[in-house]
Amino acid sequence: MKSSNWKRGSVAVVGAAESDLGLVAQHMTPVDLMAQATIRAVEDAGLTLAEVDGLFAAAAQTRSAPMLLAEHLQIQPRYFDGTHIGGASFMTHVAHACWALNHGLCSVAVVAYGSTQRSVSRAAASPGEYNYYEAPFRPLLPVTAYALAASRHMHEYGTTREQLAQVAVAARQWALMNPVAWEREPLTVDQVLSSRMVAYPLTVRDCCLVVDGGGAIVLTTAARAKSLRRPPVHVLGCGEAISHGSIVNMPDLTTTAARVSGQQAFARARLGPQDVDMLSLYDAFTITPVLFLEDLGFCPKGEGGRFVEDGSIAPGGKTPMNTSGGGLSYCHPGMYGLLVMIEAIRQIRGECGKRQVAGCEVALAHGNGGVLSSQCTVLFGASSTV
Amino acid sequence: MTNLPQSPTGRFIAYLEQGQLAYQVDDAGRPVFPPRIGTANGHDLQWKISAGRGSVYATSVVYRKDEAPLNVVLVDMDEGFRLMSRVEGMEPESVRIGMRVRFVVGEPTGSGPRFPLFVADRA
Repeated sequence: MKSSNWKRGSVAVVGAAESDLGLVAQHMTPVDLMAQATIRAVEDAGLTLAEVDGLFAAAAQTRSAPMLLAEHLQIQPRYFDGTHIGGASFMTHVAHACWALNHGLCSVAVVAYGSTQRSVSRAAASPGEYNYYEAPFRPLLPVTAYALAASRHMHEYGTTREQLAQVAVAARQWALMNPVAWEREPLTVDQVLSSRMVAYPLTVRDCCLVVDGGGAIVLTTAARAKSLRRPPVHVLGCGEAISHGSIVNMPDLTTTAARVSGQQAFARARLGPQDVDMLSLYDAFTITPVLFLEDLGFCPKGEGGRFVEDGSIAPGGKTPMNTSGGGLSYCHPGMYGLLVMIEAIRQIRGECGKRQVAGCEVALAHGNGGVLSSQCTVLFGASSTV
Repeated sequence: MTNLPQSPTGRFIAYLEQGQLAYQVDDAGRPVFPPRIGTANGHDLQWKISAGRGSVYATSVVYRKDEAPLNVVLVDMDEGFRLMSRVEGMEPESVRIGMRVRFVVGEPTGSGPRFPLFVADRA
């Protein structure tokens, strides 16, 4: 689809909410959490569930999220989409919701997610798919794939484990300002480096959390958003790309398809990296935001390690990133992309309290799925940017 | 149409049992791996046998509780295809990117199929 077909800002997020996070009540299901977040997000928007006629959902623990969520909520959406490309699924859902809303296929769309992976264990929540060409070598997936990418980035560009650790340290500094973040104690580079090694060069502190959680956002047309209670957060541009399924088929382990999704999102938004006030980048592992900073154009290829080492992404830095504390310190239920967007939306609404980025009008939310496989970018903007 | 007598992976394993590391090429002669039915660049891929030599493209070491650490590598074969494997016969932490390696057939534990392994190529 050409950029000229994209109606910049014509769709807005009008409601956003997390479900219960961290460790949820016994016997809670992923669909319970989706439903809880949806009800909260619809209330946030000042709408009713009966008005929801577009439903977008995905989860690791169910193959048919839209069906089960519609059943739970007793709604009959006329448009639905359960595209599952891992943690970036929800950015894709936003892109698809924009097309659907612009074409009148629905009028109020909900994008929802839920996971109980801490309660049931990660192995139970996300069973691996058998692959003969990987299984004999016993890679712990997905972390080993990201470790291989990190090894290659270190080899080609001189990126250091200390630089990667700075990503985790900055995330923790932000998390200490987020009352619902899972991690509550400060973290140092030395602590990251001396933590238990999982897949070299990544220690457990280079890896995202394994917790329960979910979320939902409500989207409608910009015209309708004007009359609703919350300041609309407009979708300025979206980009979607998939480059491979298993890590052996990733063409170049140091360059992701975020390069494609980012260019598409920026072109549709008619913006560039210099216009972005806040970044929400999927931090499954410390290497991922380093790759995305490069591929989205915030620094040249190979400079990501040096970009993050001087506190530029930490509180007070020139490029505020992952202000919620990210998947590393706030919440990572397995497919974290929805929560990546919620923080960007809240920053534009100006409701982030101590961690609020002053004058945040444009925020970039970037999702990653699989083993650096799917890359989807959404640029959000305040009404002043449309 | 009759059913294929062998899946792409079945054929790959059959080659391995003969001590050979097989891969495919598309219509333009470009290598394709892992083996598959067909691609946009060749509906009928041709099978080739690798000379078995390549270089480590990326490396990691996986640590599991109560188990010896295991090396996991991506190897770029000289013919231009890449595969996941393990370099054996050395400390897992000593495997380096760029190291020359040579293919050997891995013996399955239990009843699983054989798989390709690598050792340092000192030739």
